[in-house]
Amino acid sequence: MRKVSQRLADRTFTWMLRLFTFSLFALLGTLTFQLAEASSQAWNRFGLSFLNGKVWDPVRGVFGALPFLYGTIVSSAIGLVIATVVGVSVALLLTQYAGRWVAGPVSFVIELMSAIPSVVYGLWGIFVLAPWIRSGLAPALNASLGFIPLFRGQIYGTSLLTAGLILAIMTIPTITAVVRDVCRAVPDELREGALALGATRQEMIGLAVLPFARSGIVGSVMLGLGRALGETMAVTMVIGNRPQIVASLFQPAYSMASVIANEFTEATSPLYLSSLYEIGLCLLLVTTLFYAMARVLVWRVERRARGTLL
Amino acid sequence: MNARRLLFRRRKEQVFLAGLVVMTAMALFPFFQILSLVVIKGLPQLSLGFLTRLPAPAGMVGGMGNAVLGTLTMVGLASAVSIPLGIGTGVYIALYATSRYAAVLRFIADVLSGVPTILLGLLVYGLMVVTMGSFSGLAGAVALAWIMFPSVARSSEQMVLLVPVSLREAALALGATRMQTVVYFVLPTAARGLTTAALLAVARVTGETAPLLFTAFGNAFWQNGLSAPMAALPLQIFIYATSPYPLWQAQAWTGALTLLLLIVVIHAVARWLTRARQ
Repeated sequence: MRKVSQRLADRTFTWMLRLFTFSLFALLGTLTFQLAEASSQAWNRFGLSFLNGKVWDPVRGVFGALPFLYGTIVSSAIGLVIATVVGVSVALLLTQYAGRWVAGPVSFVIELMSAIPSVVYGLWGIFVLAPWIRSGLAPALNASLGFIPLFRGQIYGTSLLTAGLILAIMTIPTITAVVRDVCRAVPDELREGALALGATRQEMIGLAVLPFARSGIVGSVMLGLGRALGETMAVTMVIGNRPQIVASLFQPAYSMASVIANEFTEATSPLYLSSLYEIGLCLLLVTTLFYAMARVLVWRVERRARGTLL
Repeated sequence: MNARRLLFRRRKEQVFLAGLVVMTAMALFPFFQILSLVVIKGLPQLSLGFLTRLPAPAGMVGGMGNAVLGTLTMVGLASAVSIPLGIGTGVYIALYATSRYAAVLRFIADVLSGVPTILLGLLVYGLMVVTMGSFSGLAGAVALAWIMFPSVARSSEQMVLLVPVSLREAALALGATRMQTVVYFVLPTAARGLTTAALLAVARVTGETAPLLFTAFGNAFWQNGLSAPMAALPLQIFIYATSPYPLWQAQAWTGALTLLLLIVVIHAVARWLTRARQ
């Protein structure tokens, strides 16, 4: 028979751990509640027109979030398109071609890339990437693709394009890591089957690896998108911080996270503050949505991989 | 099958592989450039004085002593709270929760670790800065703790699951309570992995800037207790990097070097611990 004190201790311990897990709910709950409550004033005042208002003028008390939505979406889209192509390539090289002596160090470096703080990427962005874009990349794009409105107009170093590129660099590690794991989960029978039928490795990737990994790749992109949409410091440092909507990628813009970072401590009126909170709430909803979708897609691949092995 | 078709397929293979190699080189290039620039531009100003002096007005040589101290203070406090909390939650998810509840907890922890960290700054601003009436180091530490907590919970859950079931069953069969099993058998067995998980979370949070903007706020002087604004290394890098003064900009690189060194040390310890186990 156990002593009463032992039983009591055991029960207390269980309850303590249970309380710990409640704090997960508490955190998500208070975060959502606080953002919703603090943004109610802006919501009551502007309603849905907050999201498609083009004017952000704190002096006149007019707050429309469209320029920030535009900046966040366009810079994330640029970043994700590049990061997907590069990340999937790296992952394929690591899993389908490279031997251990290449795959090990490359994986290690990719892992380290995600350990560099955002502010250090931003520092590099200001002093290296932005000048290079102003004097190298942007003029070249303008000369070759200038007939498209995206690549026309006056050239700035801090711009949507710069923000997009820095987001690409920062999301490559996320995408690479997930796609690498998903590609590893492809059953060997499928790959060997394709090779045995005489396919080259590239054909084998097209026949066996990519179809199997497709939803995992989509999942990794959504995971990267969740990161990119919420990325604050590096984007704030290179996007130029001007609330405008123009077609040219060479012009400064503004993003949802960076307007909060820049203007929150300077917001003088309650309505101004409330509008910033509402942008925060939108950011929370969007990132959570993408994160949830990403999880579901990656789980699906992993479950399927387990299914074929049985 | 004719020879030309074979040749074409072989070419296609070669072009494809070359493309992958070029893409990989492009992916790795920024890393090496950032690393080398941080060392080249940061190292000349790195000295004992930089690590111990206060920031100076533009044009004079100062240091980031207060920022280093502030970062250590806030990260230390945040770790002291969130690591035990996170490990406890991880243990519960791995060993106590029903599979459905565990799935819910995992999902929430995952979602929370994907929330933009600046939003946790907003939350703590509303909860602490407004109610206490001032930006404070304590608020900064709380924001960092909230960021660490879900990721520590998730990674420690995985470490606990690595402990063999037979070990737990043996302890329970000998009459140990569940608490005794966890405290005397599971946690010591998983200790190395748990330490690694915790250290990686510490390393990640050391470089966090956004959540400190409206909580710790930054401070140009030595910190005056936990309830006053506090400087932090990432904040100081941000302020200096976006300033117009060349001397400050140069110091931003030195700050970045210091920050990276701090993170590298934490990572090295974590790696050494995982390697020692194998």
